[in-house]
Amino acid sequence: MSLALANVGVRYASRAALVEIYLTAQQGEVLAILGPNGSGKSTLLRAVAGLVPASGDITRPDAVAYLPQDNLSRAALTAFEVVLLGRVRSLAFRPGLHDLDAAAASLDELGITDLAQRRIGELSGGQRQLVFLAQVLAADPSLLLLDEPTSALDLAHQMHVLDHLRAATRRRGLTTIAVLHDLNAACRFADRIALLHEGRLRATGTPAEVLQPGLLRDVYGVRVAILPGPDGQPVIVPLALAGD
Amino acid sequence: MNATALSATTAWRAANARRAGVCLLGLAALAASFAADIATGPAMLPIGDVLRVLAGQNADPMMGAIVWKLRLPIALMAIVVGAALSVSGAIMQTILHNPLASSYTLGISGGAGFGAALMILVGGALPIAQEWAIPLGAFTFAALACAIVVGVGRTRGATPELLVLAGIACLFLFQALLALLQFLASPEALAQIVFWLFGSLLRADATKVAIVATILALVLPVLLTGAWRLTALQLGDDRARALGVRVDRLRLRGLIAVSLLTGAAVAFVGTIGFIGLVAPHIARMLVGEDQRHMLPAAAIFGALLLSLASVASKLIMPGTVFPIGIVTALIGVPFFAWLVLTAHRVRR
Repeated sequence: MSLALANVGVRYASRAALVEIYLTAQQGEVLAILGPNGSGKSTLLRAVAGLVPASGDITRPDAVAYLPQDNLSRAALTAFEVVLLGRVRSLAFRPGLHDLDAAAASLDELGITDLAQRRIGELSGGQRQLVFLAQVLAADPSLLLLDEPTSALDLAHQMHVLDHLRAATRRRGLTTIAVLHDLNAACRFADRIALLHEGRLRATGTPAEVLQPGLLRDVYGVRVAILPGPDGQPVIVPLALAGD
Repeated sequence: MNATALSATTAWRAANARRAGVCLLGLAALAASFAADIATGPAMLPIGDVLRVLAGQNADPMMGAIVWKLRLPIALMAIVVGAALSVSGAIMQTILHNPLASSYTLGISGGAGFGAALMILVGGALPIAQEWAIPLGAFTFAALACAIVVGVGRTRGATPELLVLAGIACLFLFQALLALLQFLASPEALAQIVFWLFGSLLRADATKVAIVATILALVLPVLLTGAWRLTALQLGDDRARALGVRVDRLRLRGLIAVSLLTGAAVAFVGTIGFIGLVAPHIARMLVGEDQRHMLPAAAIFGALLLSLASVASKLIMPGTVFPIGIVTALIGVPFFAWLVLTAHRVRR
């Protein structure tokens, strides 16, 4: 088992952000975290990454890479340097060939080698997001935690990145956990889905098991139709707000 | 790996070589400024003669005395103090995520000013010469200001913004205490305090230069061992933590380094503003934010700026040494404005 959460809770001041979370994820598996705004998705990732104090037990591998939601940094660093920093734990003053190769390969994997010598402050939001994705991949992690990794990307880049992450998860035997907003992207990308609502885990399972009209109406307050897609995956079509 | 990926590594190495070249050019300019600083003064010396004296090839005892006893300590002090203030400013800007951070921002210069004024007023009662009591007082209170900020930084959940606020609170506290001392001081002591606050390299001697140089030589390599972690901090606290950087420990180490560097620098020359703010920006524009290049570049360009200011301070009013703190601001502000406005043309 790669990741196991048992009775995990997080409190911000007097507010409980996460309550009694039990969750597991395996090697080679992509787990999507879904839920409305404020449901605790980012807090869950931050707790797993060890960035917020959490109660309960979290069993995780040592090599964890976390991609935060914001990518606003405008530091005077080139994309290559940002990616190289993914390996900061082991970087020598003069980085070894192994580290330089890993950074270059990571940029290459995401098809952004042409951005390598550009300063990140000069890049578009989508390009910066790709650079930071390359950074977490260059870290050579066992557990990959991604907070809305495609929020700034156009449709083609979303598909490219999600497909690539899924392939990398399989190939490298990673455990990938990604917070997503797009339910259809989650269906296509994830092996399993964890649905959060008001800090509690409402359901876990395959996309077909979790993404049910009744549950989505309860959690999101939206009536949806679920249709069979051309590739066999369900397609979720929002119809109206539940109260309408 | 394919050829495109290989070229990314090659291009990065070429960029690093370019940055090293910028540092070497800065060093060459610093050497020229250093020679000019020694040559300039009430008696203008030909540069060739200065170089011959430094090389031990000029037998003129008068010129030898001027160069070795009077001007060399001042020229060297300009270099080590400029480097110390600039590196300290660079570290502050990095660990506080604040481009406006400098020894003023954290109240360190304010603490030094108060400590020096206190010693000018009551140092006579201490069993040490005033020449050493004033720097000791300045260093102690500069370190105290830093200790207050470090204390705040060690509280749970301290953010860079909180540290800056603590520094500004220190600044106002020490400014008020300094004003109180000035109010209580005799006219002679008040004049001495005001002159100290202007900042001056004229108090330099070989021992003081050696003290500042030793602290710089000890602190800079320690900072460079954490250069990649400091670089990662540029991406924000959360991202740095996620990359495995122990941010709080790194920030604490940075504050201690700042305390040592700034305390030593201002103790002997008074409060020289602007270098700690501007020189790191110049270094950043020229070599980027990879701290392996940025910190040495900050040291070189800080030293160069103060060395040039030292030369200018002797040329503004011939026969008089203009207070260096005023000169750094007078030539620094327009230069900085020009630099910022033309930054897009400056190559990495």
